[in-house]
Amino acid sequence: MARYLLRRFVFLLVSLALASVVLFVLLRMLPGDPANALTAVGATDEQIAAARRSIGSDRPLPEQFTHWIGQLLRGDLGTSFVSSLPVGPEVGARLNVTVPLTLAAFVLAVLIAVPAGFLAAYRRRTWYGSLLSGVSQLGIAIPVFWLGMILIAVFALNARWLPAGGFPPDGWDRPGEAIRSLVLPVLTIALVMSASLIRYVRSATLDVLGSDYLRTARALGSSFGRAMWRHGLRNASVPVVSILGIELASTLLGAVVVESVFALPGLGSLLATGIAQHDYPVIQGVLFVSTLAVLIIGFAADLLQRIIDPRLRRGLSGGNR
Amino acid sequence: MKRLPGQNPARGLTRSLTRSLTLTTGCLLAGAVGLLALVSLFWLPYASDDTSGGRLAAPGDGHLLGTDKLGRDLLTQLMTGSRIAVQAGLGSVLIAATVGVTLGVLAAFAQGWLDDTLSVLLDILIAFPTLLLAMLIVAARSATLESAVLAIGLAQSAVVGRLVRVLVKRVLAQDFITASRTSGTSWPRIVAGHILPNIWPTLVVNLALQFGLAVLAEAGLSYLGLGAPPPNASWGRMLQEAQATFTTAPAGALAPGILLVLLVIGVNLIADGLRDTLDPAARRRRA
Repeated sequence: MARYLLRRFVFLLVSLALASVVLFVLLRMLPGDPANALTAVGATDEQIAAARRSIGSDRPLPEQFTHWIGQLLRGDLGTSFVSSLPVGPEVGARLNVTVPLTLAAFVLAVLIAVPAGFLAAYRRRTWYGSLLSGVSQLGIAIPVFWLGMILIAVFALNARWLPAGGFPPDGWDRPGEAIRSLVLPVLTIALVMSASLIRYVRSATLDVLGSDYLRTARALGSSFGRAMWRHGLRNASVPVVSILGIELASTLLGAVVVESVFALPGLGSLLATGIAQHDYPVIQGVLFVSTLAVLIIGFAADLLQRIIDPRLRRGLSGGNR
Repeated sequence: MKRLPGQNPARGLTRSLTRSLTLTTGCLLAGAVGLLALVSLFWLPYASDDTSGGRLAAPGDGHLLGTDKLGRDLLTQLMTGSRIAVQAGLGSVLIAATVGVTLGVLAAFAQGWLDDTLSVLLDILIAFPTLLLAMLIVAARSATLESAVLAIGLAQSAVVGRLVRVLVKRVLAQDFITASRTSGTSWPRIVAGHILPNIWPTLVVNLALQFGLAVLAEAGLSYLGLGAPPPNASWGRMLQEAQATFTTAPAGALAPGILLVLLVIGVNLIADGLRDTLDPAARRRRA
């Protein structure tokens, strides 16, 4: 296990390094000059050159890259071209919205999808089993922003139970208001996410239900519940955990649209303004932090799978990942 | 016909019926939207930039579904929107298929470090959600349908590429490939004659799913203002424009979403139906 951990960790670092190179190169390939965003329309060439000097975009690319990496290693995400404020604290402030939003939605989605997916498989020949499968078909076809709009129309505009959008300016200093403004966004993400999760849970459960080991356990006199608990759960959770990792990562980053529907000051809206203003440090900062999060989530999901399934642990000495 | 013991003909019948039912329903739903898109090429109730209808007119009275806040006919907008959606889906899938299959086959044939590098690159690309990659590309070029399609297609080619790599590797390990190699068949002929025919059922099903995802992604981009620019109505932008008037004029905020859902469900059902027909083993697992 220790050897695997080490190898997996090296893989994480290599991926992170590769991703930061790709990120940097991709951004510099964008046409458009960040200096234009800093200067007024019709600025003279000297003014533009001065603006380039002030943000360092006149230096050769390798030098800019080593500068950025050097900052990263010191835990500094750089300074915004546009606002001249450090990017790190800004990203941190946005994470206060995006992380609770993502985590709450993720937990809610799992709480919905695991029982629903199990029922959809176990009771697949009943009307509610088919209904569950049908609802999940509908859920994966709904655009997440449209679901958000509908929830706003129903619960905020008609019933006036919850705010239609926004986040209290004091943030978590007013926990009640902050939580109230996150209820609908969390629900939006969780419903869409659970729709696709239900399908995975359902097929994993079907695999277990049709398995020889479950039949053997039942034949040996184990009750259904006990056989499921001792043998089924562990087997079914391996593929589900790997999907959960991917889902969590994509929700964290896909929150852009939902944050836009609900006008939330999260990581997504920071990225959107960064892209609009060609503010490289902001874009790099947001994407670097989210890539890091994605890689760590993948790492955790892989590790969890190995803890659950001993067969994966034995396979690793073969060197085949 | 002799009945095998333990076989219930009635159940077999319902099963094959539901299987074709999935495929039929899917074709009907997607076909209806496709027809709308096709008709929009030749005929529209109003010109797409005709704003003579009066703001937010109620359904009926010359405008079957009413008008939007600029006085444009809603049905006209919906019809051009369906064309954009179908274009976005087809275009992205075409790019994803071309680039993805090429990358996947290359990665599968490559050995050692090249294979490792390609796989890690694909993994990283996949870790970037479609929408983010699309935002970057759209920001770099301008917000047009072509940029959106290019972005979605490229993001999806990573997913297709990884799938193709696994599928091709599995085929390459088969004995008939070795036999074919020994008898002197060249690699290009092996790819065309043995590999592609063996992977296409899974590939086609996945591409159908990617079509639905591409339609959703394009709608998301247009919602954010990064899709096709006016006057080409896109469902995503129509929804964004109608969000403020949801309670006063619900038709504009509901109709594009409903069509979008119908199209995506239709295509997903086609994918399910195709998988069941093309891959009997998967059908048994799912049943």
